[in-house]
Amino acid sequence: MTLDEFVKAVSALDTHASALVSAATTPAELESARNALLGRKNGDLSALMKSLPSLPADDRREAGAAVNRVKTTIEELLANRAGSLVPVAPSGPRIDLTMPARENWKGGRHPVTVVIEEIESIFRELGFTIALGPEAETEWYNFTSLNFPENHPAMDMHDTLYLSDEVLLRTHTSPVQIRTMQTTKPPIRILAPGNVYRRDFFDASHAPMFSQIEGLAVDEGIGFVDLKATLTHFANRFFGGTKTRFRPSYFPFTEPSAEMDVECQICHGSGCSSCKNTGWMEILGSGMVHPNVLIAAGLDAERYTGWAFGMGPARIAMLRYKLPDIRLLYDSDMRFLAQVSS
Amino acid sequence: MNASYRWLRDFVDIELSPTQLRDLLTARCATVDDVVTLRQDLADVVIGRVVEAEPHPDSDHLWVTKVDAGKGVLHDVVCGAPNVEKGKLYPFAPVGTVLPGGLKLEKRKIRGAVSEGMLCSARELGLGTDHQGILALDVDAQPGERFIDVVPVGDTILVVDVLPNRPDLLSHEGLAREIAAATGKKMERPSHPPAVLTRAVAEGDTPKIEITVEDTEGAPRYMTAIVRGVTVGPSPEWLASRIEAVGGRSVSNVVDVTNYMLHGFGQPMHAFDLARLGGGQVVVRRGKNGEKLVTLDGVERTLDDSMTIIADATSPQAIGGVIGGKGSEVTETTTDILIEAAAFDPQRIRATRRKLGLSTDASYRFERGVDVSAIEDLLYYAAELVQRVAGGSLGGPSTDSYEKPAPANPIRVRLARITTLLGEEIPENFSIAYLSSVGFGVEPEKDALMVRPPSFRQDVIGEAEVIEEIARLHGYELFSSELRPYRPGSRRDAPMHTAASRVRDAAVAAGLLEARPMPFVREGIESHRVRNPLAEDEAYLRTSLLDSLARRVEYNFAHMQRNVRLFEIGTVFTHETAADTSAPAERIHAAAVIVGDRRPQHFTEPHPPKFDEWDAKGLGESIARAAFPAASVRCTPSTDAVLWTIIADEAAIGLVRRLTVDAPVWASPVFGIEIDLEAIIASEAATRPYVAIPAMPAMQVDLALLVPEDVPSSDVADAIRQAAGDMLESLVVFDEFRGAGIPDGQRSLAWALTFRHPERTLRDKEIQGRTSKILSVLESKLGIRQRSS
Repeated sequence: MTLDEFVKAVSALDTHASALVSAATTPAELESARNALLGRKNGDLSALMKSLPSLPADDRREAGAAVNRVKTTIEELLANRAGSLVPVAPSGPRIDLTMPARENWKGGRHPVTVVIEEIESIFRELGFTIALGPEAETEWYNFTSLNFPENHPAMDMHDTLYLSDEVLLRTHTSPVQIRTMQTTKPPIRILAPGNVYRRDFFDASHAPMFSQIEGLAVDEGIGFVDLKATLTHFANRFFGGTKTRFRPSYFPFTEPSAEMDVECQICHGSGCSSCKNTGWMEILGSGMVHPNVLIAAGLDAERYTGWAFGMGPARIAMLRYKLPDIRLLYDSDMRFLAQVSS
Repeated sequence: MNASYRWLRDFVDIELSPTQLRDLLTARCATVDDVVTLRQDLADVVIGRVVEAEPHPDSDHLWVTKVDAGKGVLHDVVCGAPNVEKGKLYPFAPVGTVLPGGLKLEKRKIRGAVSEGMLCSARELGLGTDHQGILALDVDAQPGERFIDVVPVGDTILVVDVLPNRPDLLSHEGLAREIAAATGKKMERPSHPPAVLTRAVAEGDTPKIEITVEDTEGAPRYMTAIVRGVTVGPSPEWLASRIEAVGGRSVSNVVDVTNYMLHGFGQPMHAFDLARLGGGQVVVRRGKNGEKLVTLDGVERTLDDSMTIIADATSPQAIGGVIGGKGSEVTETTTDILIEAAAFDPQRIRATRRKLGLSTDASYRFERGVDVSAIEDLLYYAAELVQRVAGGSLGGPSTDSYEKPAPANPIRVRLARITTLLGEEIPENFSIAYLSSVGFGVEPEKDALMVRPPSFRQDVIGEAEVIEEIARLHGYELFSSELRPYRPGSRRDAPMHTAASRVRDAAVAAGLLEARPMPFVREGIESHRVRNPLAEDEAYLRTSLLDSLARRVEYNFAHMQRNVRLFEIGTVFTHETAADTSAPAERIHAAAVIVGDRRPQHFTEPHPPKFDEWDAKGLGESIARAAFPAASVRCTPSTDAVLWTIIADEAAIGLVRRLTVDAPVWASPVFGIEIDLEAIIASEAATRPYVAIPAMPAMQVDLALLVPEDVPSSDVADAIRQAAGDMLESLVVFDEFRGAGIPDGQRSLAWALTFRHPERTLRDKEIQGRTSKILSVLESKLGIRQRSS
């Protein structure tokens, strides 16, 4: 055999190998191609190697290099092809890998709890801690100490459920303000989540029991600007850089009083039916604690000033999940909770 | 309060549009909830600009025009008006519009020229009788804008949310005062009757009427005026339209005047037919128990001595401050009237309207307080107005029962306090200007302002209220919203809140969904009964969360949900009384219910097992451990439906039970757990140091034991532990079996015992010896033998 003939044989092997490898469609076929090409005993490459000694000594070096090149080429071809073939389990039953995963039941927090916890986390960064108070309260804690004039139309905004002449179900979380001030020396910064009760019939937008979050900050030198700055900061964090506005309001226990609106979360200020074309949505009521309230709780109203706010997490949850009916939050329907809990 | 934009403009020159006015009032004074444009029948009419106008080729009076109505296309419109002019704006009704007369516009040909709509005259829009030509508009508007938004044709109503502290805003005059203050204008009373009040008394006979105010407490001020010779009939258009704009019904000129005074000035008035007041007497007195009166609404009402009554010589004629009587109402035949203007005691009115279940525009205002000192002027204003619209003349001197109280001391408002409370300094002259603009008297002193609130602002009683006035008139938007340094709160979190969070985490991790149900239940104890419940079947406060959750399970069953896993952390009301009040003592509980599949269905397990008591026991223990991380928690067997009592540090803190609910046949058993989070004081678990992971091998021994039925497994475990000693690392019961090969009255319990020594490898012999010891102790103490295989 001459060198020329040998080189031709090498190049023929190259072509053959390339055809053989690309014809293999399963790992098993690829394996038999590998044997046919590179097998030690009967492989095409070893056959070629065996004819190497028959070449003139001077040509053997070049011929050897050609054999090595084609060997590398074949190995690359095999490796590439192997990578593109889907492996199939060698034996046993087949696994259909498109079948669904095994799952566990997913637990979750009620959407109102989720909203409360988010609000808490923002106020915690601002130095607030959590305070709680009873749901069955006395008239004194719920109204009198909070500067409600007796038998006044202001009470009409708090249609009350009574347990006795003295005892009622609190209509707001504001009694926690009094209870906190009675037992804590300023600086006071507390957040009080809790259930409150109103004599409202249970319908799509009213519930006789709902959650509220109260906030209270009392210290020396606290002013209306602190109320405005803190609540604006909260709104920016909670609603993501939204616009806010404050407008005059009335609560017997704060003076001045202010309601905070944020840009309507549905139309983003351009006006829609949800915001009655105002572009705003009411989020919370707030104000500077009335001196009569500080005095009722036993604090020096000359030395200390403070601000307070109250808001309804359920309303925020309804906005967030676009709930058409508040009763969804109470029914505890598994299909609803599985959707909105987290 | 429904305020008419036009009516407000009778009082003050308003340059703002209704929506601008809404924003101004909302920012400075009271929130405007809604702006309602009347004349919605003109909603489709838009502003059109005539861009071309050529004479119609086949007519000597028609024009062919092209109208730009803002949509980017020009409409061909044929118009017959002499005053159509290129470049001008007119009301344009496009095809499809229904005009007030009922005419629906359609595309049609007029003498061969296409017309796609109509340029309208005033009459065609129902805006008067002018039909000489189309309505040329001199307005600053773009083609396409709604006609009613641009031209104040009808009226616009601002729905103002007047809060209980501001009864002065329950009138157009009161709102106009605020608008004037905020826009730097002057407010003036409307001039349709001249502002100069006529108090001259008519010549001639004056009907004799004697006014006696017995109940001065119920009616602190009671004034009347007589107008004789009136002609009762329809109101003039300006009066009727104002009453109708605010949602009222025009009744007659005289009655409309009283309503005009109520909505215009906030002073409810009543007009009696003088001829129908018997005995020439008006007595303001307390009602008599059982007295009857048919009121203006035609309802016979029973009076009592808590009410203030206006009576004639013999019988009640009106319920003071609430509603008039049918018997003395003004009718078409009335000629002489008695106009009443009074102030009634707010508390009395509140009690009366509650008792009668009747809230009127009058009672609403009296309950919040009218301006007592304005009554005299307003009475004459009303009397004058009656003469203007119904003729007649003022008869007889009016009467007045009022004794003017001594002026109250001014409120001292410290300038330094203004700065502290607001956090920003408001220049003194600003404060003075703000207060003066809404009727306050202000005298500056050194370091303070001496402030006299006007008579219509009874709500302003102290320094804080005055500072609020300054802040709101300054404008809340002008205050800084930069955070200032603050001191963090000094209180730690309420421990119950922290415990609740831990429990919530545990319940969520166990695959439960949180419920926040209504806490009312059907039955309970007397101290838990709501006196004025919304529904009799939900009149009681609950003593257990499982009561609420059981109902939620039933709700889910009713909606075909078989798999229910709910938890709640909430308040229950105990049988005890709170420490500091007479309210029922409260506890925070955590509860959970489980029913249905233990896992979601998967193709490898088509029928997952159902939740059973062992799941419930595990859930109870894990929630109890989350609640009380430092306590040792276990369940002890209980009786009947209550399967286990949960014990933490030797105190009973909760239970695990089967729940009885109204269940369909397909439902599997329901289990509940409930824990009192306040039963013992929860402390955080002490942090324990790490225990080295064992380096020495363990040895495991399995024992199958024949255990008599009456020996509980916990006794067996205790005995094994005791006999096994320190080297027993763990003990697990892994099988329970009854049946073939097991004697009656016994069961086989299989245990896995893992032994390990911390420092050396155990020898077989050692463990064999230990096992024999365990077996002999079990036999001697409990009569338990190893099961022979």
